[in-house]
Amino acid sequence: MPRRHGRRPRHAAVPRLAVAFAAVGAALFALPLVGLLWRASGTDVAAALGSPAARSALRLSLICSLAATACSVVLGVPLAWVQARAEFRGRALLRGLTMLPIVLPPVVGGVALLTAFGRRGLLGQWLERAFGVHLPFTTPGAVLAETFVAMPFFVLTVEAALRSVDARLEDAARTLGARPLTVFRRVTLPLIRPSLVAGAALCWARALGEFGATITFAGNFPGRTQTLPLAVYLALESDPNAGIVLSLVLLLLSLAVLVALRRRLGDAL
Amino acid sequence: MSLDASLRLELGTLDLWLDLQVEEGSTVAVLGPNGAGKTTLLRALAGLVPIEHGRVVLDDHVLDDTSRGVHVAPEARPLAVVFQDYLLFPHLDALDNVAFGLRCRGVARREARRRAQEWLARVGLRDRGGARPAALSGGQAQRVALARALAVEPRLLLLDEPLSALDYRTRAELRHTLRATLDAFPGIRLLVTHDPLEAMALAARLVILEKGRIVQAGSAAEIAERPRSAYVADLVGVNLFRGHARGDRVALDGGGELTVPDADSGAVLAVVHPRAVALYRRPPEGTPRNVWPAPIVGLDADGPRIRVRCGGTIPIVAEVTRPAMEELRLDQGGEVWVSVKATEIVVYPA
Repeated sequence: MPRRHGRRPRHAAVPRLAVAFAAVGAALFALPLVGLLWRASGTDVAAALGSPAARSALRLSLICSLAATACSVVLGVPLAWVQARAEFRGRALLRGLTMLPIVLPPVVGGVALLTAFGRRGLLGQWLERAFGVHLPFTTPGAVLAETFVAMPFFVLTVEAALRSVDARLEDAARTLGARPLTVFRRVTLPLIRPSLVAGAALCWARALGEFGATITFAGNFPGRTQTLPLAVYLALESDPNAGIVLSLVLLLLSLAVLVALRRRLGDAL
Repeated sequence: MSLDASLRLELGTLDLWLDLQVEEGSTVAVLGPNGAGKTTLLRALAGLVPIEHGRVVLDDHVLDDTSRGVHVAPEARPLAVVFQDYLLFPHLDALDNVAFGLRCRGVARREARRRAQEWLARVGLRDRGGARPAALSGGQAQRVALARALAVEPRLLLLDEPLSALDYRTRAELRHTLRATLDAFPGIRLLVTHDPLEAMALAARLVILEKGRIVQAGSAAEIAERPRSAYVADLVGVNLFRGHARGDRVALDGGGELTVPDADSGAVLAVVHPRAVALYRRPPEGTPRNVWPAPIVGLDADGPRIRVRCGGTIPIVAEVTRPAMEELRLDQGGEVWVSVKATEIVVYPA
């Protein structure tokens, strides 16, 4: 069997000029973090984090972002599967649609969600009449807004992974008697597991930081829809120091997850 | 009990159109150059590529019948495939790879693993069950792939270049084991390969496939005796000419003419063994009827024998000894006189 997982090929050295530009690029990301650290160093971190409002926002953020990630996985795996494998008219349109939230200003996304799921929205009126469910300005609404914005990151990652799977392995599974769903479960999914984890992590990190769509669609109600980014925004007006500490928490949380994943998964992310 | 396939399908530049019968208890090798459609044929038989026209019947199961719209899904066909790169599942260890087919067919996990272990032992890998494919050597991976295919007890075993991914030494070792395993397998065996040695070592009957068509079928000896295409002639190592006979003359399609022993007519093939081709530096005198000047275009050493490729209107390969080569200074190129005795030319209808 040819060895495909050999040692990485050694690349040519990166030119100094490129290194210089890369340093500027990296500084662009690093400096704001350092700035936050610098500003936060003088403040009472414990007090800022200990306040009931901050705790409630942190808790809500974790719940909503994890729920949004779960929704994204449940809906996103089949969506990625269809996009990667099914041949049909309008596939390009579908792919465009699933990518739209990435480029759309989140506030616009929130407005669009209102027109669809709002009280007078396309689906919202019916949901309210038929089931008495209304999503805007509720916690499930915040989850919906976060899913809308974050799921594309999951779908994109998983779709790319599905395209890169050696289809002949799936063929081999079929000749051994596996039905398509069994092939997917026992061969395809295990093969793309690193990308599934990476996609879910990206999606979660995006959901955790979601602001625009959430505040537009779900509002800013402490304990119900006021997630950490919303709390930061609010705190900046009343108590800038608390805002900075909360920002720092958000940043470090995301950074820790992304760095840990990169270590474990390497190229999948 | 047999495989009876008659199919046509087009895929890219390939137009595969053939009839193929394989009897139980025999191994048939489909031999052909790259791009002949060998792998596509296997994939079509396995149900992985739909055929456009035709019928595939295995025993009394109709697997494909385009006239009645029958196409049995790959997972429902009583066959198994040993793929070219083996295609072992990288996330499963050897044991679970072998057990995979049994699990898909509803065998309980414990029982599947027990039988998989038996199969691993049968191919001499009793202790390698826990190894992932990445940790297996090429030869071991090949045997795991074979065990994985045989474990589902298929009626038809398809093998795609079973040995060609291996290095030379392993190949020689495994050829023997593979032959024994194939002979012990009670069903129908069909293998495709581009390697004539592999084909002859593993199969009694060869089918030559070129550009999607079967050009010749028979035992290795039959095929070697009367090659029907340049590819086969090349495999066998003889000179093959296509032409039209008129009396004891054959006008070659590529130009030139040969005098042959027997009177004949119509389209013919003529074979000249390189050993029967003599070379001279000066125009020879004597009985040979076929004498012509030709430039030397290349030399290939094959042990003590040298194959001299001559160009010109009638390109031909001559086989000479090393002393003869040195005496005639053939390695310096230039022009030689080629001579072939008429009685050394075998002619048969094209």
